[in-house]
Amino acid sequence: MTPLLSIRALSVEFDTRHGTVHALDRLSLDIAPGEIIGIIGESGSGKSVTAHAVMGILDRAARITGGEVLFQGENLLEMGRRARDGWRGRGASIIFQNPRAALNPIRAVGDQIADVVARHSSLSRRAIRARVLELLRHVRIPDPERRARAYPFQLSGGLCQRIGIAMALACAPRLLIADEPTTGLDVTTQAAIMALIRERAREAGTAVALITHDVALAAGNCDRLAIMHAGHVVEVAPTAAILARPRHPYTAGLLRSVPSLAGSLDQLQAIPGSMPDLRRPDLPPCRFAERCPRRLPRCDAPGPLALTACGPGHLVACRNLP
Amino acid sequence: MTRIGLRVLSAIPTLFGVVVITFLLTRVLPGDPAVFFASNPSMSASDIAAVRENLGLDRPLYDQFLIYLGNLAQGNLGRSIATGQPVAAEFARRLPASAELTLLAFLLAVVVAVPLGLVAALRPGSLVDHAVRLIATLGVSMPTFVSGLLLIHVFYFRAGVLPEPIGRLDPFLFEPARVTGFLTIDALISGEGQVFRAALLQLLLPAVTMALFALAPLARMTRAAMIAALGSDFIRTARAAGLSRGRIVLIYALRNAMLPVVTTMGMVFSYMLGANVLVERVFSWPGIGAFAIDSIVNLDYAPLQGFVLVMAAIFIAVNLVVDIVTVLIDPRAED
Ligand SMILES: Nc1ncnc2c1ncn2[C@@H]1O[C@H](COP(=O)(O)OP(=O)(O)O)[C@@H](O)[C@H]1O
Ligand SMILES: [Mg+2]
Repeated sequence: MTPLLSIRALSVEFDTRHGTVHALDRLSLDIAPGEIIGIIGESGSGKSVTAHAVMGILDRAARITGGEVLFQGENLLEMGRRARDGWRGRGASIIFQNPRAALNPIRAVGDQIADVVARHSSLSRRAIRARVLELLRHVRIPDPERRARAYPFQLSGGLCQRIGIAMALACAPRLLIADEPTTGLDVTTQAAIMALIRERAREAGTAVALITHDVALAAGNCDRLAIMHAGHVVEVAPTAAILARPRHPYTAGLLRSVPSLAGSLDQLQAIPGSMPDLRRPDLPPCRFAERCPRRLPRCDAPGPLALTACGPGHLVACRNLP
Repeated sequence: MTRIGLRVLSAIPTLFGVVVITFLLTRVLPGDPAVFFASNPSMSASDIAAVRENLGLDRPLYDQFLIYLGNLAQGNLGRSIATGQPVAAEFARRLPASAELTLLAFLLAVVVAVPLGLVAALRPGSLVDHAVRLIATLGVSMPTFVSGLLLIHVFYFRAGVLPEPIGRLDPFLFEPARVTGFLTIDALISGEGQVFRAALLQLLLPAVTMALFALAPLARMTRAAMIAALGSDFIRTARAAGLSRGRIVLIYALRNAMLPVVTTMGMVFSYMLGANVLVERVFSWPGIGAFAIDSIVNLDYAPLQGFVLVMAAIFIAVNLVVDIVTVLIDPRAED
């Protein structure tokens, strides 16, 4: 099947006062239509930068230094600004961590959803209003007429995230990127939001990229998992395959550090060391090498590290597979 | 709308406080007003006592306060000893002159500063951004009387394109029929094009002088508030939803950025009222600032008292307007 989204060898850098941050390095990842894929990695591994690069909302300091992002075969990075604006919301949309801050504090939430609907359609005012109420009902907001007039500060975090989801799904996008959508919400709300995202996506055939640092959350909700480390995708595979037999030493370490996935308590352990400073000019080809228990001299040989197949639908970027 | 009503109500105690303070102020100022009024060496002690009784100064303080309140309620601010005129009448003539000048200057400053700040924020580090910084620095570092004199030197003395800085209107022209007290508007109302032109030309230099001074804080605050707004999460959401750039900048970012800008506008406007005193002097503008300076020089208490009261009332009104605009923009300003 041809992928919906294909990120190929994407490199992104940030120019900062303290040097250049090599945030993404030749990152590749495919997302199939309608699938739910989890993108997992510790904080700072480049998950949000990847999402922002796809959406075209990287901030000023960012520079895309290579690669392409194909959406249904078309390179988004070469799309004109107008075409890209039209694509946003319909091709793909995104919901964010910290849902209240993601909404305009001084605009009624119904108006914010209406702005998105109006941007991508030529409906009448009345039809837009009806659509907004329908969207609010779809994300199970009680009393939608009243809630449409509310401001973000009057709503709970969970309700704000539902508004965010309504806004993101307003124009039936083919891909929904959910960047840590439940971080900061309480556990019951988390479960409800995840169930809502899955239900809405399944119903509309929307693909979902669930970005999270929570391995258990991703494992419980996703068809496939992509593991990120320091700006690289180090392993991609169907969820069951990766849980059963992680191939990359980082993935293995990550799974051992999750209480609900580790076999027993004494198998539970943290990954030693930390991610390298991405401002370093001498980053090794394998950015995990310095933390890796299986490091060999050939791991440090120059040349890019490629993702290679090691099983059905299973890709890994490692020069010393177990 | 009850929110706005509450704000209006809450201004009343402040206004009352100002009245009390201006009243007490004259009682603690040096010099006995009765002696002052009877400043004639041939007056006897009984004459002074008569004056004192006449002014109500022999009554207890709260009685005097009630009399003062009664006078205020009738619009009576006392008499100027320098001119012999009722202070209220003097203010009625001079306040429109100051108001016309300050409002035009404020308008000029806002119309120039907000777009400048906006463009600077959209392109930080660009030529416009540097220009804004330069203007801001100049505006802050140059006292108004210096920039005023400089402008007079260039536009009147050297280039001769603007009229002599001698007040509101060429002495050979007649003032238009008084409706608002603003010469430009009154001239328009009575359809006197030449008078309108003349009055506007007279206004231009003092207004620009005051505007220059207000430009800096407004442009800088607009820039900073816009940069903060444009960097916030909800702008990222709006961009990700594909909203047009115009809508994002004007409806999403600018409206949010206006909150601190409106507060700054209030401060700048109040500050301009103070700066008035110098600008009016430089341009021989017959406003309340010039009047206040004369009153200080002449130790003329009644006009000073009136001046303090009028300024305080304007301050309160400006703050009220800022509060109301903030409430209108920001639904969170609930309390
Ligand atoms: N605006 C920015 N300026 C400089 N560096 C940035 C910026 N945004 C992200 N980065 C850097 O890029 C790397 C990846 O960040 P991010 O994608 O936000 O990580 P996460 O996986 O936690 O979402 C981090 O090292 C971060 O410091
Ligand atoms: Mg992130």
